[in-house]
Amino acid sequence: MPRKYTQDHEWIEVSGESATVGITNYAQTALGDIVFVDLPKVGAVVKAKQEAAVVESVKAASDVYAPVSGTVTEVNTALTADPGLVNRDPEASGWFFKLKLGNPAEIDALLDQTAYDAQIKALG
Amino acid sequence: MSNDESFLRTLPLTERHRAAEAKMGAFAGYEMPLQYKMGVLHEHLQTRTKAGLFDVSHMGQAYLMGSQAAAALEALVPSDITGLQVGQQRYTVLLNEHGGIIDDLMVLKLAPDLLFLVVNASRKTIDYNLLRHALPRNVTLEVLQERLLVALQGPLAETVLAPLVPEVKSLTFMQGARMGGGIITRSGYTGEDGFELSLPADEGLELVDQLAAHPDVNWIGLGARDSLRLEAGLCLYGHDLDETTSPVEAALNWIVSKNRREAADFAGAGRILAELANGTTRKRVGIKPEGRIIARDATQILDRAGTTIGFISSGGYGPSVGGPVAMGYIESVHAVIDTPVQLEVRGTLYPAKVVALPFTPHRYKK
Repeated sequence: MPRKYTQDHEWIEVSGESATVGITNYAQTALGDIVFVDLPKVGAVVKAKQEAAVVESVKAASDVYAPVSGTVTEVNTALTADPGLVNRDPEASGWFFKLKLGNPAEIDALLDQTAYDAQIKALG
Repeated sequence: MSNDESFLRTLPLTERHRAAEAKMGAFAGYEMPLQYKMGVLHEHLQTRTKAGLFDVSHMGQAYLMGSQAAAALEALVPSDITGLQVGQQRYTVLLNEHGGIIDDLMVLKLAPDLLFLVVNASRKTIDYNLLRHALPRNVTLEVLQERLLVALQGPLAETVLAPLVPEVKSLTFMQGARMGGGIITRSGYTGEDGFELSLPADEGLELVDQLAAHPDVNWIGLGARDSLRLEAGLCLYGHDLDETTSPVEAALNWIVSKNRREAADFAGAGRILAELANGTTRKRVGIKPEGRIIARDATQILDRAGTTIGFISSGGYGPSVGGPVAMGYIESVHAVIDTPVQLEVRGTLYPAKVVALPFTPHRYKK
């Protein structure tokens, strides 16, 4: 399934009943150098549009929202030792967590690549 | 402090910040550069390793004039001002009658009957009103308008500035004089060697442009200014200092001069002298979170048993330390180096320790 996006600059890649979540290149650029990532616990139940992780730059902490509801099955422990991976490779090895989908129908409400690109363009 | 973006005052260097692709934002009612293209982390490291140029023109600059200027100011501050030599600068605080801190400021004795003050942007109206009410008739407060204030900070600061203003080589930490077409002091608020340059807004631009164009210099925004002063253990008004907090609670005992303790003739002297003799119930300390968790302002500090004993007043990531750093107020019985404490971040408790300040050693030119 093609990658989907939220208006809050998270990406989600769905494969069957599971999905991988991260933040977009636009988000990491806006945040600046990332110095800490607070990941959810494996087994945590997250709800769509609710806080699932926190990403911190030198100047501020920002929430990362779950694009869809589900149960966290895996977190990217590489980010604990190397938070800068989110800046260097946000949309691949800098992923945040994996989910078992709670309600796959929620995916349809997310932005596709074209819609997300249009949003970024509108932001300037 | 108003951060209402609908009515922001702009400062003379704004166009230069835009040209340097600054991200601008509201601070104390002014549109200020928060960071530049380099980003907060690298701006911080640039200042520690080479030199950084900060626009702090939002701060208040004023003269206190008259043969009784120093004596008059002493009624409001706990430091020795009458004893300052011409060319000597002092960090002190304005006090209310309860010994609480109205503002922290720099005082330079520029001439026998002339003091030069630099006060916080967010407090200048309050400070000036306080001074105007308290000053005797023969002492005049003159607020400087159309004035730049830039800080050049870092180990290469002298190397960069001396070819343009050779007299700066003669200054050591907390000294200043008229030079370079303005007033230059060897001071700053990063923990590094460096200078603050107070310049007329028009003629001063040329010197600022020369500094900004130097290959070892970069513009540095308010974001890195905050992380630099936090690592250096320096207080930020409104975070680490306020009108309820005394200099003794803030661990600024050193600004209460010996002769002023004996005279006991400054605002709030009763409380402050009692605190110096008997201690305080709370005190500002350094807090080092273990691991990488960042504890920001207002984070609760708990003892090992889980009882709240204080709060973080300034906290964040220290780029030179390479990890989280913080300062906070805790009950004085816990204010002992290496005392284990806990920090509550997003509902979870994390271990931390009481540590000595600063986190990065000061490198002033003494």
